Amino acid sequence: MTVPIRRRRLAAIALASVAVLVAATACSSDDSPEGGTADDPITLVVDVFGDQGFGYEELYKQYQAEHPNIKITERGKGLGLGDYNTRLTQQITAGAGAGDVVALEEGTIVQFFPQTAKFENLADYGANDLKDNFLPWKWEAGVTPDGTVLGLGTDVGSMALCYRTDLFKAAGLPTDREEVSALWPTWDDFIATGQKFAAADKKHKFVDSATNFYNIVLMQTASNGSGQTYYDKSNKLIIGDNPDVKTAYDLSTKMIAAGLSNNLQSFSNEWNAGFKNGSFATIGCPAWMTGVIKGQAGDGAAGKWDIAKVPGAAGNWGGSWLAVPKSSKHPKEAADLAKFLTSTKGQVEAFKAVGNLPSSPQGLEDPAVAGATNEYFSGAPTGKIYAAGAKELKPVYLGPKNNAVRTAVENTLRAVEQGKPAAEQWQAALKNGEAAGK
Amino acid sequence: MSLPIDTAAPPGPSRPPATPAAHRRRQTGRTLNRLDLRYTPYVFVLPFFVIFAIFGVYPIVYTFWIALTDRSPLNATISFVGLDNFVELLTNDPQFWNAVTNTFGMFVLSTVPQLLLALLLANALNRRIRGQMFFRLAIAMPIITSTAVVALIFSMIYAREFGLVNWLLDLVGIDPIDWRAGRFASWFAISTMVDWRWIGYNALIYLAAMQSINKDVYEAAALDGASRRRQFWSITIPQLRPTIIFTLIISTIGGLQLFTEPLMFTSGAGAIAGGSEGQFQTITMYLLDVMNQRFRWGYAGAVALMLFLLIAVFSFINYLLARRISSDK
Repeated sequence: MTVPIRRRRLAAIALASVAVLVAATACSSDDSPEGGTADDPITLVVDVFGDQGFGYEELYKQYQAEHPNIKITERGKGLGLGDYNTRLTQQITAGAGAGDVVALEEGTIVQFFPQTAKFENLADYGANDLKDNFLPWKWEAGVTPDGTVLGLGTDVGSMALCYRTDLFKAAGLPTDREEVSALWPTWDDFIATGQKFAAADKKHKFVDSATNFYNIVLMQTASNGSGQTYYDKSNKLIIGDNPDVKTAYDLSTKMIAAGLSNNLQSFSNEWNAGFKNGSFATIGCPAWMTGVIKGQAGDGAAGKWDIAKVPGAAGNWGGSWLAVPKSSKHPKEAADLAKFLTSTKGQVEAFKAVGNLPSSPQGLEDPAVAGATNEYFSGAPTGKIYAAGAKELKPVYLGPKNNAVRTAVENTLRAVEQGKPAAEQWQAALKNGEAAGK
Repeated sequence: MSLPIDTAAPPGPSRPPATPAAHRRRQTGRTLNRLDLRYTPYVFVLPFFVIFAIFGVYPIVYTFWIALTDRSPLNATISFVGLDNFVELLTNDPQFWNAVTNTFGMFVLSTVPQLLLALLLANALNRRIRGQMFFRLAIAMPIITSTAVVALIFSMIYAREFGLVNWLLDLVGIDPIDWRAGRFASWFAISTMVDWRWIGYNALIYLAAMQSINKDVYEAAALDGASRRRQFWSITIPQLRPTIIFTLIISTIGGLQLFTEPLMFTSGAGAIAGGSEGQFQTITMYLLDVMNQRFRWGYAGAVALMLFLLIAVFSFINYLLARRISSDK
């Protein structure tokens, strides 16, 4: 009888392994006690995006020192916004896997409004008392139509223009930031300056890409015009009906026709290499872009860049909020951490680390920001340049599928850069934008 | 290990006396044993099917269901829309048909040279040549290289500025080509990536099949005065027919699901769009575009099912075509 018994044992092992496999597919649960202790701390996961991250490293250290029951891990540094947002959308919809604190970007936050129920209402954790810590428009953009406080503002993307002083000098243009700013009161003047540059310098291009140019002009025009881009406030697509979009598009195609664009796809390897090789002379520069330039151009280009005023009026491009998904096991601790990171102090620290401009009025006036100069950018008074724009800003409403529509329109501009007729591509922009926003 | 199949216990000198209790015990043992014999094999194969059910059947069934809805993270509720997604896909979605054209274009442009070159390569390696082992190993190298790395290196080779290909073209006095701008240029570049990676794989399969062809047939043909070329077309190819059908079907499945190469061909924002005008956006890229950029999950389900249908149809057509190879000989 020995053989059958052994075989039965084998069968039992087989069954057991199936059971283990099935069990392994179920999620394991976090058993750490509520509150956490110094010996057995709660781990809070913070999800951010972008090559430079959010510049929170020092803040984490400080927070962990003050709260020995908390341990913080960050994910997402180096991840592009598109990939980050795809992952986050899936995690939020599934109700699992997202961090305890997640970053929502300007172009994507509206997309999460229908899923408000999947996020903690930060008003329940005393966020309403912090309202005065944020620029009013920034605060309002983080609150859903039904009054839920979805996210607390981190930074704003107030605009300027970054330029290479060495290339300007070689082309016979002024290099002092006041004089450079005076070259271009309007975008048409900017293009005219570019033509002068192109005449003197055949090797380098004046602008990195049509798409960055376009986004800057669009956000600025919309901020001072209709206050909306591809969607109106009822989330209806208005690409063809919004004169601001057409204005920005036409200026961009005019810039391309003048031969000023380096035709580099933004955030691509070639674009990154363009910073290193110094293949273009200017780039539209929201505050967060200074961190990108420094990261991509590297130490070799230190002191070669400077920052001038953007043509036209003030505008905003980019900026984020921090939210706490319902899936967090420690919502109170997570909300406290989000409040800490978005506090005036937290925003000032992030500005010092990666140049993200505070969305807190007190933060903008903080001497560490207002008086800040950036050695990398030839000692430019970054705080003064950006803060001046931030306070004048009027908000722009971006609809739920803003990023998809924006990509569709940007692609038609890339086609113009590749030599396709502008009028034909504008029709493609309308058609593809409409399809992407459906 | 040899197991007694029909008897529970072998007869032996130590056989217990046949009391009624022992008899009953033996009876139960026999029943259990029979159950064991009948069902144990199923238990052994169960793990595969459990995993297949979780990761295979469930997603497929769910895709059918979701394709009939307007599911999206942007909708607070899910509503049943019947066949609306399919109707829109077939009648009112030029971007989908653009992706279908691109996929088939690149499929033809890559698969035909790929299989032909693999066949010739295998034939060459099948002869007695110096360094046979080295060459056989060398053609296998691309297979163990990560697709992402291949795509990254090729996207640098085909870079608009400072790219190797454009530099070579410049040497012979041809203007540089923007490989991502034109439809045919991008198809060509992506096809070379696919071929570089898969020629060796197919050549190995052909080589293995060639070595199992009986040498006597070749000897007889040689005695009758058949040239090497004649031997190749009249003996090797017909004998390889099942293998060719296999590689064709595998290439069809792979070609119609082409994804990493065209995606990695551009980097940066909006790479999933496959070029400024979608010149090289494949069906799988469009699927992810719809799903992750536009958040139309129901519609993405419909795209996935259409892709499934296309692959099934084209595998069948290829099978019919390949079956005709020398079937009259």
